[in-house]
Amino acid sequence: MLESVTSLDVEERQRLEPHDALETKMEVVGLDAWYSTKQALVDVNLNVRSNKVTAIIGPSGCGKSTLIRCLNRMHELVPGSRVTGSVLLDGKNIYGSDLDAVDVRRRVGMVFQKPNPFPNMSIADNVTAGLKLAGVKDESSMKEVERRTLERVGLWDEVKDDLKRSGASLSGGQQQRLCIARALAIEPEVLLMDEPCSALDPTATAKIEQLITSLKQTYTVVIVTHNMQQAARIADYTAFMYLGKLIEYDETTTLFENPRQELTERYITGKFG
Amino acid sequence: MKLRRVVSDKLWTVFTVVALGLAIVPLLSILFDIASKGISVINLDFFTQLPPLANASGGGMGNAIQGTLLLVALSSAIGLPIGLFSGVYISEYGVTNRYGSAVRFLGDVLAGIPSIVTGVLAYTLIVLTFQSFSVLAGGVALGTMMIPIVSNTTAEALKSVPNSIREASIALGIRKWRTSLLIMANAKKAIATASLLAIARITGETAPLILTAGISTLWFSGFNQPVGSLTYYIYYFGTSPYQNWQNMAWGAALILIAIVLGINAAVRLITRGKKAYA
Ligand SMILES: Nc1ncnc2c1ncn2[C@@H]1O[C@H](COP(=O)(O)OP(=O)(O)OP(=O)(O)O)[C@@H](O)[C@H]1O
Ligand SMILES: [Mg+2]
Repeated sequence: MLESVTSLDVEERQRLEPHDALETKMEVVGLDAWYSTKQALVDVNLNVRSNKVTAIIGPSGCGKSTLIRCLNRMHELVPGSRVTGSVLLDGKNIYGSDLDAVDVRRRVGMVFQKPNPFPNMSIADNVTAGLKLAGVKDESSMKEVERRTLERVGLWDEVKDDLKRSGASLSGGQQQRLCIARALAIEPEVLLMDEPCSALDPTATAKIEQLITSLKQTYTVVIVTHNMQQAARIADYTAFMYLGKLIEYDETTTLFENPRQELTERYITGKFG
Repeated sequence: MKLRRVVSDKLWTVFTVVALGLAIVPLLSILFDIASKGISVINLDFFTQLPPLANASGGGMGNAIQGTLLLVALSSAIGLPIGLFSGVYISEYGVTNRYGSAVRFLGDVLAGIPSIVTGVLAYTLIVLTFQSFSVLAGGVALGTMMIPIVSNTTAEALKSVPNSIREASIALGIRKWRTSLLIMANAKKAIATASLLAIARITGETAPLILTAGISTLWFSGFNQPVGSLTYYIYYFGTSPYQNWQNMAWGAALILIAIVLGINAAVRLITRGKKAYA
């Protein structure tokens, strides 16, 4: 059955993709990725729509993290890793020789599974770290960025009186929102999130989900999640992956209610994974 | 059965206590010996005067203290930055290319070289070239010894910083060298500790100095000139037949131990109750 999926021709592929007139923010074309000799992604094609939330679901080890780490060139940090194919950001290949990985990462931000605020920095400094460490010096605008960004992630009221405290002293959910604030402070265009709620309790998760929904006005969001209910709640589009391949990609409601691939159906009905 | 277990348990305890005693008693007696014999010559003159002639009275170890401080400063100026940056290279850059493990291996080899051999190296390169023992040669010898100690411990300290912090920084579009600085800031306590321990370690070296800095009865007079040092004077005066020189050697030993213990105390202060990478 998998064979039939790999050998999809272009026409078939287009039929599997959502058909709408929406703008494409990122386009993954024929992407293969390896860890040394292990191939983790096999010919992945995906259109990420502007100002939408796109979820990537699939069983553990199917390559979800690998895929989003290819979207901001984090994959190449793993020794021995390799990528072929292309990822277009506003039509330009981020792996092309005219784009610098650093610039790509400033346009395509990332939030990780485990909250990872800089432990040696205060809450305020965590927010502006991306600006300061890139050489922005303007102290007066920093205060403004701190406030605006922390308000954006709903953390301002909770921390405004102890901005000088260590970022590591916050609760897990607060730390994760701080990390989102830190990613937003450099004003990216796309925000990638790799299971951002998997280390959080339901209340903290609900806050972050709400935040993600509000973010799509300004940003394009790609979120990896293990949790199909979460994908159904927040994502406009959902992609299902299996063994390194993108099996099906569609509007979230269609994918969950009317999957075209038997594999997808088996996964979302909990028959495996 | 029970009795046997109780007895073997007791025996084990006794055994470890005896071993501890065997380790500590000589150490304490050395410290006590040095302190009691050294303290009698410690006065203001000891820090400000030049060494006395044999069988004379008075004098001090001022030039040796000055020489040791100078040698430590010069070798730190050479060894700390080079060691630090090679440590950063091993930990932050070396993993993704094959030079990292080569640099690391080189560090291990360097760390295993006996100090006298490093002394011979500086002797051939500098003393023979300039036809004189010198502060420079001593600083290079001790600095060379510091490099592998500092680089290996720095690399360990940086590696103990969780990778998630590196990823957070890189994903913010922060350049690699800036990310390395951030990682160093997260490991600054461990790095400071490593540097101080390396300094303490070379402060007590004698063998390489005999071949490099030489000895002098005068004050420091230039980096191309020999200089006295506490360790060399301990050896030189301590093996002499003259009572007043032997007394000076005890005083020098006391000051040397005070410096090294002081550095170790500073390390304790720095690392008190803190995570290695914080
Ligand atoms: N650093 C690595 N070295 C070698 N193989 C790796 C590495 N990271 C991931 N892989 C392999 O690549 C494949 C895809 O991994 P990936 O982390 O992308 O999966 P995932 O879908 O994110 O899984 P999970 O849901 O458990 O996070 C897996 O088979 C995994 O074992
Ligand atoms: Mg993953």
